[in-house]
Amino acid sequence: MVTAALKEDLPGAGREISIEAVSHRFDLEGAPLPVLDDVSFTIEPGSFVALLGPSGCGKSTLLRLIAGLDHPASGAIRVDGAQVGAPDPSRILVFQDPTLFPWRTVRANVALGLEAQGTLKTEGHRIDAAINLVGLQGFDKAYPHQLSGGMAQRVALARALVNQPNVLLLDEPLGKLDSLTRLAMQTELVRLWQQSGLTAVLVTHDVEEALYLAQRVIVFGPRPAQVVADLTVDLPYPRHRGHPRIAELRHEALRHLGLEASW
Amino acid sequence: MASIELPLEAGRAPAPVQGWTLLAALPWFAAVAVLLLVPDLTYQPLGRELALIWGAVGGVLTLLGLFGNRLGRVGRWSALRGPWLFAIGAASVLWTVVTAKTGWLPQPFFPTPQAMLEVFLYDYGKILHSAAFSIWLLAKGFFFGAIAGFLIGVGMGWSRAVSYWATPLLRYIGPLPATAWLPLAFFIFPSSGSASVFLIAFSTAFPVAVLTWSGIAAVNRDYYEIARTLGASPLFLIVKVAIPSALPHVFVGLFMGLSTSFAVLVVAEMLGVEAGLGWYLQWAQGWAAYANMYAALFVMAAMCSGLITLLFRIRDRVLVWQKGVVRW
Repeated sequence: MVTAALKEDLPGAGREISIEAVSHRFDLEGAPLPVLDDVSFTIEPGSFVALLGPSGCGKSTLLRLIAGLDHPASGAIRVDGAQVGAPDPSRILVFQDPTLFPWRTVRANVALGLEAQGTLKTEGHRIDAAINLVGLQGFDKAYPHQLSGGMAQRVALARALVNQPNVLLLDEPLGKLDSLTRLAMQTELVRLWQQSGLTAVLVTHDVEEALYLAQRVIVFGPRPAQVVADLTVDLPYPRHRGHPRIAELRHEALRHLGLEASW
Repeated sequence: MASIELPLEAGRAPAPVQGWTLLAALPWFAAVAVLLLVPDLTYQPLGRELALIWGAVGGVLTLLGLFGNRLGRVGRWSALRGPWLFAIGAASVLWTVVTAKTGWLPQPFFPTPQAMLEVFLYDYGKILHSAAFSIWLLAKGFFFGAIAGFLIGVGMGWSRAVSYWATPLLRYIGPLPATAWLPLAFFIFPSSGSASVFLIAFSTAFPVAVLTWSGIAAVNRDYYEIARTLGASPLFLIVKVAIPSALPHVFVGLFMGLSTSFAVLVVAEMLGVEAGLGWYLQWAQGWAAYANMYAALFVMAAMCSGLITLLFRIRDRVLVWQKGVVRW
């Protein structure tokens, strides 16, 4: 029932993302610090891709470039063929911290995008759909400080999904949750992605999370980030964490990350 | 805290009488006795009337002590304030003794309670009129000052150009006490009233501007990025992200501004404006009417604390989301 309402409210229109020879560097007090080195790959529309790599390798930077919050020093990023310019509500970034606005209720936080785009009056009905989608019915009037970490991150997801994005960029969105909430939220993420049909790009340094969620895992080496492996997770959903194929892929991913000795 | 009942007490009927409230009635009756039975040092007016008032207070406290627990709100108030009511009654006794009865405190600098009653009874019109005038003058100055300070602060926090020009000016001129401008302001402005409004606004604007500015500067950068990815325009970022996030700071600035504006108000009224409580104080001094001066101070304290309380109420309402984030 909920699913039927969603199909209508959050139509699936995942887009293709192509990263073309992207290099990027930060300027640290005059000394350039390279973070991305000639990265190229293409993400199929409507797919779920994980970017896996050691912390600080530059994968989050790549996500910010796709969002349009920063611009690559060289190379190009295209979404459905159009070069990425300014940030746009069709590509929404979800941060590791929920960063909800503490002065707004759950409902007002979810409404933020519609308000910013001036479509609150015509599209307001989507707010309830988004709140229901993440299972927070009845919490509309709560303030962020009254929510647990998992609930706050759900609100952040609803705040993103209410805009019917074509691309959802997830920057370690479950990184700060306790491990049980984290497992539950992973299943939720798969469900949300399947129901909405958008293109999902997840940055994580958790190998198991990447393999459990994504159809394809792109492994990055240490900074400056380069693609060291591109693994296809050829398992249907819902997946099982104990599946031998996941263990196999995990071994392979760890090998690419230089952690084979721990196997 | 008071509303939490222990399970043991929940089933028990409330205590039949309020001990402290009953006890508090005693000093009020003692004050009546001292007032009527001990002869005054010099002639004092309105002795019987004052005795009547204090006796009435004692009577009301007795009734509250006996039946207060069945009276709801008033009863809860008296139960909580019993010790204070006792202390005020005791202070009245002491006051009567050291002024009217023995003259231990030099007369007429420390007026008797009867003299104070006389002031409030016969001069209340003038005092209330002065208070109303003061509040109106303060309201005008505070309103314009708060708006100006807020806009300057937002401009400085948001725009590099505004910050470049405004920061040195604010640093150099802002800390100067507004009262230092008084002699000049009375010349420059067409009336002493408009000069006072300007000075009150000036003294309010400085803390409001500085605090608003620091509030805007302290906004979490991620809020802007979130809003930008959600399609926010620059105006949206200022009005719906920066300003709400900075509001707690703005209120700190408003509190500071209100406090300094009281000082400016009183000085301005004493030196140039021919009305208001500051002027009344000055006028009473000219007539050596010490009781009137105390009365004016009393009303002034009520006015200032009332206005601060009002601002607290507004803050509580506007920043309701802060409850639970910050301990007030």
